[in-house]
Amino acid sequence: MPHSVARTSADWRAPGFVSSTLTIARKDLLIELRSRSVILAALAFAVLAITIFFFAWDPTAVASIDLAPGVLWVIFTFSGLLGLHRSFGVEQPTRAMDALLAAPVGREAIYLGKLLANLSFVIVVQAVSLPTVALLYNVPVRGYVWPLIGVVLLAAVGLVAVGTLFSSMAVSTRLAELLLPLLALPFFVPVILPAAQATARLMSGRPVSEVSGYISILGSFDVVFLVVCTLLYPYTLEQ
Amino acid sequence: MKFSKLGAVAILAVVGAYIRAIFFTPFDALQGPVQKIFYVHVASGFVGLYLGFGLVFVASVLYLWLRDPKLDRVAASSAEVGFVFTSVVLITGPLWGRPVWGTYWAWDAKLTLTLFLWFIFAGYIILRGAIDDFEMRARFSAVLGILGALLVPFIHLSVYFFRTLHPMPVLLKPSAPSISREMLITISAWLCAFILLYAWLLRERYLLAVDRDAAMEGSA
Repeated sequence: MPHSVARTSADWRAPGFVSSTLTIARKDLLIELRSRSVILAALAFAVLAITIFFFAWDPTAVASIDLAPGVLWVIFTFSGLLGLHRSFGVEQPTRAMDALLAAPVGREAIYLGKLLANLSFVIVVQAVSLPTVALLYNVPVRGYVWPLIGVVLLAAVGLVAVGTLFSSMAVSTRLAELLLPLLALPFFVPVILPAAQATARLMSGRPVSEVSGYISILGSFDVVFLVVCTLLYPYTLEQ
Repeated sequence: MKFSKLGAVAILAVVGAYIRAIFFTPFDALQGPVQKIFYVHVASGFVGLYLGFGLVFVASVLYLWLRDPKLDRVAASSAEVGFVFTSVVLITGPLWGRPVWGTYWAWDAKLTLTLFLWFIFAGYIILRGAIDDFEMRARFSAVLGILGALLVPFIHLSVYFFRTLHPMPVLLKPSAPSISREMLITISAWLCAFILLYAWLLRERYLLAVDRDAAMEGSA
């Protein structure tokens, strides 16, 4: 190895954008993995809600296959909110955010790292609740499982892109966790609405071509809000 | 309360618009007297949604660029005044919808869009109330103001798949307005009167923000 001499500060280079993004995502996931505080709560909430929703309707009047898409998206929305609040809340008690800001990483990398961690969180919840709904509501998903996963993932990116930004804002305010749903839910509507419609179409056996309009809304929402939220995130930090 | 010149003109204009709509505009042939809600509804919709929301967006973008506290006060004032006008839209719409459509509310594209813009206005006002630091409050609300405006085309797209019940525009459309001349004069008068009312309320709210910030600085 040519690097046998001790490195001086002049040789030291800040980590690149991608690697700092991944480091931050890894840090958040590691904290969650070791404490397992929120993910277990979110999963328990999801499964509980799935069973409670079943009894909120009269199963002899409403077919469970008509309920399933709605139940699925209500659960994704609210369990997602649970995880989003944790995202910046975890930095609050020890003011760890100050250390992150002092570190030689771009502020956009902090946002994208947090976003990746939140996305993994939401995907884990979805990976549990989707089969649970399919099982308990007796929905056959085998025929269209890939398009359904595509819709779910596209929607997850949109929810998390907006939610991560608002989580960053909400933790600094007096209302904290109360404010996050208030700000985020109106922004979730153009994601939930096409996603739930597409899910309902797929579940009732319609062809994939019929949901392509919904998929393009989801895709364009993701692109626009990923870019804009990444650009706006630095404004939500101490300056 | 002391009225400024602008305030006096605005109130006179609104009174004039009411008199014109009630006494000097004919009833609609099909809908009868209930159609007259149209004047309040459309004028507040135009002012609340286009002027109110538009100004919040423009002032928010400019604030993040120039960092002038005046721009933040303009955005905050426009959001509060716009919220009131949007509330008027949401109250007058169902009052008209019940006799004409047979229902107070329909999940129609325009209704849903207005409702969610109203929610965003409400979130904006609550967000401002939850932050004490002046500079942070300005930055956060500017971020929300920009995102809110970007959301509009998406809500519009996603609810457009629903069947629409709301009447198509009769004023702002490519061809000539499709209402009678008397009604056209009345709605134009209403628009002018409500724009004046908006300008006056915006100015009063802005001056209040100046006083409030000065008082906060004095106590700090």
